[in-house]
Amino acid sequence: MGTDPTPRTITIDPVTRIEGHAKITLHLDDAGRIADARFHVVEYRGFETFCEGRPFTEMAGITARICGICPVSHLLAAAKTGDKLLAVQPPPAARKLRRLLNLAQLTQSHALSFFHLSSPDFLLGWESDPARRNVFGLMAADPELARAGIRLRQFGQQLIEQLAGRKIHSAWAVPGGVRTPMTAATAAWIRERLPEAMATVARALELYKALLDGPLQREQRSFGDFPSLFMGLVAPDGGWECIEGAIRFIDSTGQIVADGLSEDDYASILGEAVESWSYLKFPYYKPLGYPGGMYRVGPLARLNVCERIGTAWADRELAELRARSGTPGSGGRIVTSSFAYHHARLVEIVACLEAIGQLVEDPELQSPHVRSHAGLNATEAVGVSEAPRGTLFHHYRVDDDGLITRVNLIIATGQNNLAMNRTVAQIAREFIPEPVAAGAEIPEPLLNRVEAGIRCFDPCLSCSTHAAGQMPLRMALVDAGGRVLAERVRD
Amino acid sequence: MSVDPPVVHGHINGQVFSAAADATLLQVIRAAGLQVPTLCHLDGLTPVGACRLCLVAIEGHPKLEPACVTTVAEGMVVHTHTPELETYRRMAVELFFAEGNHVCAFCVANGSCELQDVAVEVGMDHSRFPYQYPQRHVDASHTQFSLDHHRCILCTRCVRVCDEIEGAHVWDVGYRGSACSIIAGLDQPWGEVAACTSCGKCVDVCPTGALFRKEDGTAEKHPHPERAAQLAEARHEHRWTNP
Repeated sequence: MGTDPTPRTITIDPVTRIEGHAKITLHLDDAGRIADARFHVVEYRGFETFCEGRPFTEMAGITARICGICPVSHLLAAAKTGDKLLAVQPPPAARKLRRLLNLAQLTQSHALSFFHLSSPDFLLGWESDPARRNVFGLMAADPELARAGIRLRQFGQQLIEQLAGRKIHSAWAVPGGVRTPMTAATAAWIRERLPEAMATVARALELYKALLDGPLQREQRSFGDFPSLFMGLVAPDGGWECIEGAIRFIDSTGQIVADGLSEDDYASILGEAVESWSYLKFPYYKPLGYPGGMYRVGPLARLNVCERIGTAWADRELAELRARSGTPGSGGRIVTSSFAYHHARLVEIVACLEAIGQLVEDPELQSPHVRSHAGLNATEAVGVSEAPRGTLFHHYRVDDDGLITRVNLIIATGQNNLAMNRTVAQIAREFIPEPVAAGAEIPEPLLNRVEAGIRCFDPCLSCSTHAAGQMPLRMALVDAGGRVLAERVRD
Repeated sequence: MSVDPPVVHGHINGQVFSAAADATLLQVIRAAGLQVPTLCHLDGLTPVGACRLCLVAIEGHPKLEPACVTTVAEGMVVHTHTPELETYRRMAVELFFAEGNHVCAFCVANGSCELQDVAVEVGMDHSRFPYQYPQRHVDASHTQFSLDHHRCILCTRCVRVCDEIEGAHVWDVGYRGSACSIIAGLDQPWGEVAACTSCGKCVDVCPTGALFRKEDGTAEKHPHPERAAQLAEARHEHRWTNP
């Protein structure tokens, strides 16, 4: 972190251990106290434009390339949009196979977020050496846990590979269904690996809950704990959902604000605001306006909007999450601390593993009837899936020959943009309470907590701006006059 | 009673060959078990020498010659793999990639593309020539098939198979220079060309992902270039008709 003799801004640049490239600026008032914080996404790709003119059948293959972490999410959203352009229902086996693929994707991505990216903060300590506060430090400190975490992600990735032919950037899901059924060998492999995966998440939950009871209480309280709406897909019976169902909004008191919404109507539900200082748009719930319509998506939102998960262990974990962290104003029904995204990810891994265990015993997944065939029957469609980071929309318009004329992608990370900004501001105020003097150094552990506020959301900036690059982050401290007071850069 | 053409002799890469006097060098090279890359050539269709990948050096000739359209001659001494030839072949493949918009990642032909295979064969790992990123379009007006001009290398296999085997002559080559492109009918949208029988032979023989079935997604194209030779041979032998 560099300092300026007339300090007014702290910059954290780049933010580390996230997927993409971003910076944070902390803005001071005249008295030198934290007034605001901004999370800037500083990369741009323009996927929506270069899809124009391509056949819609290619969209699954093209949009999967937006991201190497969650290509499956784009693949599924594109395939579902393609179903609607063909105006066909995929065969039942295909719908189940897509669900299985998404469960594997949620598992691997959540394992990556928890074990590789975020757990070093709370398992190794906020004050630990930044050079070792990463997955390699975790390997040195607790090799067994690190190995188990890496193998949990491997389970999800290898399941994706077995179903879809490759771990990353498969094009297995297609308009009308999927290309191939699950083989008996894959079923046997899942049965063999599932117990180990379950044991890993059980251990992670045990460790995490012990930390929540102790050293993480302040973080749980101050890492983005504020009222907001939550959005996610729910099953027709109100149960947890990851690929089908309808959109529900719920508020922090547990009141269902809107329910049974179709993705087709997303444009009338969601607005997208733009700020000059970030390439990442700011979606909001239109009826409440901008920025009052702030809502959160992702694992915590999915657990908040649903009534139940539907499998025994996951439902017990959901009940415990709510009992531990639910806000009193909602009778404990809604969890509003963004720090609880970490806990929610572990609960969702349990949900995914139990659902995988059920699906693997369904013989229909080995049915050869996995693809419905048709020509172009519609010229506009919206598809939706629950990506690891939240609800993902693909909206295509095509000409009469099926060539793309317009694309709009609404990405989960973008939808958390308002909440991420609010989270870093809250953390900065909590952990930098005193006025910052000119030329003062901000201790690294405090800045790390500000970064970690972003990591709660596990943002994927490559997806959300459809932009290239790694995910380093910069942080800046800015004064009331807009001058940069101090800056921290990490690649 | 037909008379066999006379036999000629020569050397390829130091080995003696004997061949009918009307054979092409490419036929002789392959009969000798040697491999030179090709893209425009397809057994069953008239050779045109468009892709320049099968260039060989013939002693006494002032320039390199495409083996597919060069007839053997008595005493010919041919070299198929000199450093100069390998350099030229690799450059030709690099120019194919630089001149069009070839994005293997989501192409229908990824994994079954002859251009991709040839790039591997000549050892190309990147293009030394700047990519031109031409503004081209996709003709998806046909009910079953599409033509993606971005991926077309102007090999003219589609032109020849439609003319010589199907007999419909839907395809032709239009425009000049860098604007040169395959055209349907009188430069119409493919779907409006009444001559098209929708037989799909052009799709089967296309070496890249330029011609494909509309429902094909990434890596789903399964071309059948061998069908051109099968059909040509069957027709020549009147296999399914009375002589």
